[in-house]
Amino acid sequence: MAETAPVLEVEGLCKTYDQLEAVKGLSFSLSRGEIFGLIGANGAGKTTTIAMILGLVTPSSGTIRIFGQDPERSRGQVLSRMNFSSPYVDLPARLTVTQNLLVYAQLYGVKNARQRVAEILEQLEVTDQNRQRFGQLSSGQRTRVALAKSLINDPELLLLDEPTVSLDPDIAERVRTWLDEYRKRTGATLLITSHNMTEVERICDRVLILKGGERFAEGTPSALLERFGRDTLEQVFLDIARSEEEAAS
Amino acid sequence: MSLLRIAALIRRYYYLYRTSWPRVLELVYWPVMNLLLWGFITMYLGRLSPVLPRVIPIFLGALILWDVLFRSQIGVTMAFLEEVWSRNLASLFVSPLSVLEFVLGQVSVGLLRSLISTVVIAVLAALLYAFDVFDMGLPLLAFFGNLLVMGAAVGMFVCGLVLRFGQGAEGLAWAVIFAFMPISAVYYPVDVLPGWLQWIALATPSANVFEGMRAVLLEGRFDMALFLRAVGLNAAYLVIGAGYFFWMFRSARERGLILQMGE
Repeated sequence: MAETAPVLEVEGLCKTYDQLEAVKGLSFSLSRGEIFGLIGANGAGKTTTIAMILGLVTPSSGTIRIFGQDPERSRGQVLSRMNFSSPYVDLPARLTVTQNLLVYAQLYGVKNARQRVAEILEQLEVTDQNRQRFGQLSSGQRTRVALAKSLINDPELLLLDEPTVSLDPDIAERVRTWLDEYRKRTGATLLITSHNMTEVERICDRVLILKGGERFAEGTPSALLERFGRDTLEQVFLDIARSEEEAAS
Repeated sequence: MSLLRIAALIRRYYYLYRTSWPRVLELVYWPVMNLLLWGFITMYLGRLSPVLPRVIPIFLGALILWDVLFRSQIGVTMAFLEEVWSRNLASLFVSPLSVLEFVLGQVSVGLLRSLISTVVIAVLAALLYAFDVFDMGLPLLAFFGNLLVMGAAVGMFVCGLVLRFGQGAEGLAWAVIFAFMPISAVYYPVDVLPGWLQWIALATPSANVFEGMRAVLLEGRFDMALFLRAVGLNAAYLVIGAGYFFWMFRSARERGLILQMGE
């Protein structure tokens, strides 16, 4: 496969639950080394889209190709090269941080697992918590350990749902810097959802705004600011959310 | 299929049980209580009548083998529920772990749990009541294997129910296997049952196993026909149990339930 081929291609993706159309004909693609932001109000279809990419939800129609492959047919191969983290998904609470990461290292077939776990904990500054049970960690520490889990296999495609939620501003900024460095160092592609518009502006190369399960706008953060005549993405987001409220009333 | 990934799931439970004494205690608590209760009752009955001592090994053998079935089923179901409670299902299923590997991992954990509790009560039965379950010889392996497989099949079916009906169906984890108890003829022969119920009983692998156990303990013979019928029925139970789980897993993916499990 050529280097320039998209890492992720989504074409005409739809998901309908009973009468609710959660995602409507969504198409986008991600290039290697890109950080792509998926934003939108609650219920806009972000989580459903990510869950379909990960194979946790079956699309009603449309196609997904990851690394040029159909993830339904080459599930193991594709998933071993990607990973995921979300504050809505936990790790076993009674296992220590290291135990959790060792189990996942084995699931992903990571070589020299203990060394890899030690490295990743150090990079995310949670080495001191390595013997603590996951359930005893603060929410900020949990988020970092979940992030460590998602990096255990050096993924080429990383899907992060709200990666800095519940982190204090200092740690959140360090995580953003670290993610940017990870991308530069490995050439990995990152798909991020976030409600933190400053974060999206700061690290995303391209942003897709979802509204009611559909593509509302797409472009670089600066192009979106120019298009909507605003100074920040936060203002753009608020304009869209309020227009949605007005339309509903 | 990767044995390494299945081993990773077993490792996760090794870590869990290593540091959780309530879970370890739960493995042996009820089997030991049952053994003590039935053991002393049968000892007392043995004193009352010279005929009854022959019943003691049948009761104790039945008790131990029933526990194999129960532990196997609950082991598979609990392994699944542990993942639901810890909201870990989504992380597992976005890893390269396949659904088949996940099921095999759960079944392995269930079998290990069952093995541990069986060994403990078998040793206690030998020490307290001079009943050596291993006196049954090789047929014991046949009974043991059949009950483990049936427990795993029922366990997978229950996991499918939890996927279909959500955590409200958790109570079934402990209840479903007991629906098999009266028709499994654990402590009495199948011919005690009404005629119509005997047909239903003989359609369970467990009733054939317990009939086989009585043939070994009372008549000293291994009934191959009962064994083969239990194996055949188990094959059907496995297809139904695993098939239902895979079907419900597919349905859960369609309805977007996997991310929500445990919330």
